Amino acid sequence: MLIGRIVGELVATHKHPSHEGCKILLVQPLNLDGSNRGDPVVALDAVDAGVGDQVLVTTEGFSAMTAVGRTQSPIDMAVIGFIDHIELVPGVA
Amino acid sequence: MQLGRVVGCVWSTVKNASLEGYRLLLVQPLAADLRDTGKRLVCTDWTGAGAGETIYWVLGREASIALLPGQPPSDATIVGIVDTVHCAVAKPAKPGRQKAERQ
Repeated sequence: MLIGRIVGELVATHKHPSHEGCKILLVQPLNLDGSNRGDPVVALDAVDAGVGDQVLVTTEGFSAMTAVGRTQSPIDMAVIGFIDHIELVPGVA
Repeated sequence: MQLGRVVGCVWSTVKNASLEGYRLLLVQPLAADLRDTGKRLVCTDWTGAGAGETIYWVLGREASIALLPGQPPSDATIVGIVDTVHCAVAKPAKPGRQKAERQ
């Protein structure tokens, strides 16, 4: 799973029927220090997240499909939770 | 899934039988501000997207699920045509068909 911040939303009229009724979010993956990690990815929304939220993103198909509630559909990323706080254990991390 | 832009198509006459009938498009991955990023790749197409259109594509085993019931051996499939990107750092997606007509 990835830690990310939602930076935008996509509008797509013509899309796979299994994506209908789901928000399509643009998520910027983050490093632990909050800096950007690579380019933003497109993920379906399973928790009603919005722009600015720090979220948990699954990057595996089965988990993403299950989270969105649509099995056997072409979904490989989904936003599955909000991150309230990250705690690094001193001396270990 | 990732944003991309259709930049061309690939013709293949001899290919896996279950790939018959599917278009193979050349896709340039895009960042949030719609600038090019990363290397181009070949995707099967579910949408019927044309050259210059902004799309989003799915990667991995799920790519062939988009093309059920055939399930061809594809690891990247275009699953949606993007009309607009609402993003603090992004410009609105240009309608691709217009760009294609100008060429």
